[in-house]
Amino acid sequence: MTAAIKQPGWIRGLLGAILAGAFGFGLVIALRSISGLPLYDTEQTGYPHVVVPLILAPLGFLAGFGCFDYWLRWAAGLPTIPDDHSQHGAKSWKDYFRFNTDHKVIGIQYICTTFFFFFIGGLLAMLIRAELAQPGTQIVGAAAYNSLFSTHAAIMIFLFVIPVFAGIANYVLPLMIGAPDMAFPRLNALSFWMLPMAGILFIASFLAPGGAFDAGWTGYAPLSTGAPLGQSFFNLGVQFAGASSIATALNFLVTIITMRAPGMTFWRMPLLVWANLSTSLLVVAATPFIAGAQFMVLFDRVLHTNFFQFAAGGDVISYQHIFWFYSHPAVYIMMLPGFGIISEVISIHSRKPIFGYRLMALALIGIVVLSYSVWAHHMFVAGMFSWLRVPMMLTTLLIAVPTGIKIFSWLGTLYFGKIHTYSTAMLFALAFIVTFTIGGISGVMLGMVPIDIHVSDTYFIVAHIHFVLFGGSVFTIFAGIYHWFPKITGRMYDEKLGRVHFWGTVVGTWGTFIPMHWVGMDGMPRRVADYATQFGDWNLLISCFAFALGAVQLVFLYNMIVSWRFGPRAAANPWRANSIEWQVSSPPPIFNFDEIPRVVGGPYEFGVPGAKHAIMAGEGTEAPAQEPTVVGTT
Amino acid sequence: MYGRLPIVKMLAATVALTAAICAVMVPIHWDGQQASTAAPKIDNLLTVMIVLSSFVFSLVMVMLFYALWKFRAKPGDESDGEPIHGNTRLEVAWTLIPTVIVLFAGGYSWSVLSDIEKPADNPLTVDVFSQQYAWSFGYPGKDMAWSEGEMHVPVNRQVQFKMHAQDVIHSFWVPEWRIKKDNVPGITTTAIVTPDKIGTYQLICTELCGFGHASMRAKVVVESPAKFREWVGGLKSKVPQPLAESITQDTEANPVPLDAGGA
Repeated sequence: MTAAIKQPGWIRGLLGAILAGAFGFGLVIALRSISGLPLYDTEQTGYPHVVVPLILAPLGFLAGFGCFDYWLRWAAGLPTIPDDHSQHGAKSWKDYFRFNTDHKVIGIQYICTTFFFFFIGGLLAMLIRAELAQPGTQIVGAAAYNSLFSTHAAIMIFLFVIPVFAGIANYVLPLMIGAPDMAFPRLNALSFWMLPMAGILFIASFLAPGGAFDAGWTGYAPLSTGAPLGQSFFNLGVQFAGASSIATALNFLVTIITMRAPGMTFWRMPLLVWANLSTSLLVVAATPFIAGAQFMVLFDRVLHTNFFQFAAGGDVISYQHIFWFYSHPAVYIMMLPGFGIISEVISIHSRKPIFGYRLMALALIGIVVLSYSVWAHHMFVAGMFSWLRVPMMLTTLLIAVPTGIKIFSWLGTLYFGKIHTYSTAMLFALAFIVTFTIGGISGVMLGMVPIDIHVSDTYFIVAHIHFVLFGGSVFTIFAGIYHWFPKITGRMYDEKLGRVHFWGTVVGTWGTFIPMHWVGMDGMPRRVADYATQFGDWNLLISCFAFALGAVQLVFLYNMIVSWRFGPRAAANPWRANSIEWQVSSPPPIFNFDEIPRVVGGPYEFGVPGAKHAIMAGEGTEAPAQEPTVVGTT
Repeated sequence: MYGRLPIVKMLAATVALTAAICAVMVPIHWDGQQASTAAPKIDNLLTVMIVLSSFVFSLVMVMLFYALWKFRAKPGDESDGEPIHGNTRLEVAWTLIPTVIVLFAGGYSWSVLSDIEKPADNPLTVDVFSQQYAWSFGYPGKDMAWSEGEMHVPVNRQVQFKMHAQDVIHSFWVPEWRIKKDNVPGITTTAIVTPDKIGTYQLICTELCGFGHASMRAKVVVESPAKFREWVGGLKSKVPQPLAESITQDTEANPVPLDAGGA
């Protein structure tokens, strides 16, 4: 038992959580008694004796779990446990539940954890659609309904879409650039383990008096500053998810900039690497804004600051400016890695170089720059300074240009290629082009102030965000998962089940989200448990498609689990790709490469005679033979 | 090299598909009934956007499905495609043409926006008060007469709504007017509408404001000036103290519509 307490792991982690929580509770009680305040009674939203333990308990868990052991031992002058990579690799499923610094293990941990939350968020979506199937309130009351869509959105955004991309890139990106691991493996592990803390806080908020947070994922003040205790769980959960995201982005930046294999110049990087470079630039600069916004709300709630308390001189609209200064770049944080995945899949399965590779990379950078200048298009009716609307409209419309470049370049890649559609990944990539085009078109319409004034905060918005986030981001996630499944697991998935999942998902997405545009324009506001009876038939139809869409995800789950265990062995390079991750075995060796590969060309040189992207260990001797031999110069 | 593509046929298919989509989509009144002078202008903008969007969508679909039909690998074909890395003229074209399209859309939107927010002479001012979960309305031109849950306005006269929220953010939306504006605690926001159809409409709260958000509605009646004078004259109560204060606290942070401020 004492050994278990001394060893980093779950027992020490839970103990750490309990001790830290108890310390926080005791600290608040002690300070309140010293100050002569009532020990437990606080104003409606305060609850410092809950909030402080909520901050400390996850940190206690992380410390106990071993996330800080190396650094703490070093700081305390104790002999550090040498980092001999004994923690690398996973021998059994149990190893995935330990603190592990191997980027491939962390990648799998990320992907599995985020899909766990994807299914939780999906169940919440099913409850939402069950409630909305008929006018009136049947399944849940209006207050519980507000909690449902708030937690659905928070979980899907902060615990699925954003981190699952970090997971895929965690696994694939070091392999792609020829690096043995990420730049900061311990930070990488810490980043991952902060994520479940956020998820537990979001879900635990259902236990709080007053129910789970219910001010929407946007948490607009002053609704959020006056909301019951559950809102504090959201404020804190965002901190953990955000810190995880920022640390991972830093890690990606340093890894990409400093750890590329010899010869891997920036203009030889696969577009997935470019995409993650761009995303990381967004995360490190934008995510601190939502962290700040949520801290300000938390301070207003607990410390009685007055950032957004209008009666005390606070400014209500400034919350929205700070929030959207993160949350508009966030939609590109949720989209750019997907662009990278689509570029890989389409090029490989068309057997052709990416059309306009440099413009594709520059378009990513263009989106990064422009995305910081469009946030107030979420606020056209919010009562901000009215002259701000037109410039924000123009930048918003202009950001469609680099996005359009990407769509046309993918289409250009298909031309004169040899298109193979046997892979479910390619099917999702092609369907992505269609759905994302529609999402982009409705986005341009929303960017136009007069149209936005009418459809703002209606189901048109719900339709648009789900077309770009589900029909966009989630399709790219599925494409990525199917594409790298053989590499990650060493097994092939079942393409027949993949096709069932694909067609079910496409039909479900269109059936669910297309009619939402119509009811929105016709007058149905969003975030309502009850609505006018004239929208009843459409909503019933939407709910039926939504249930089908939810059910078909179980096919995906079954396919992944069963194929991982029993699927046929995958070859090292089943898609005949050029990039480095496909030149090593499936799954890759523990340290990725026996010898760091040398990069000698672009990643998409399909059909170019004699072209090579990388020379792997043992291939070195072949290289000179490819150099042109010049005879008899003079 | 691109001469090998049937460019003319693809363009014809794009135009045909655009026409087919527009034939279905343009006649539908997506936004519902029109009951203000702004509504037809916004709906026309929407129609223009539907036509442009149909063209873009059709272009992408024709390009995609032609490629899938023409360049599909034969079973067993393991060879690679042609090593085309790009085409600068094409890339410049699909950067510049969309830029022109979106700038046109932006300019058109800007002109519509200035048009629908142009202040008229002699508007009627109505104060809108919102709180969880009820609307009420004050008529400063009529001695601060006050109506709860029901608003009357005369037809064919511009109304300037001055909006005040008492607790959290609410949002004022009458779908038939196409006008929406948040009511923000601590400041006064303004919206301009000229209702042009007599009838009864619904005012809907469109900013999440708590558990009663879905039921936060009010009745809106547009009627002849004579009937309106009669109705507003019959109002007995005056705007009560806490609400009246939110008018005097008017910070005027943002009441000025686009063209009313400067020159």
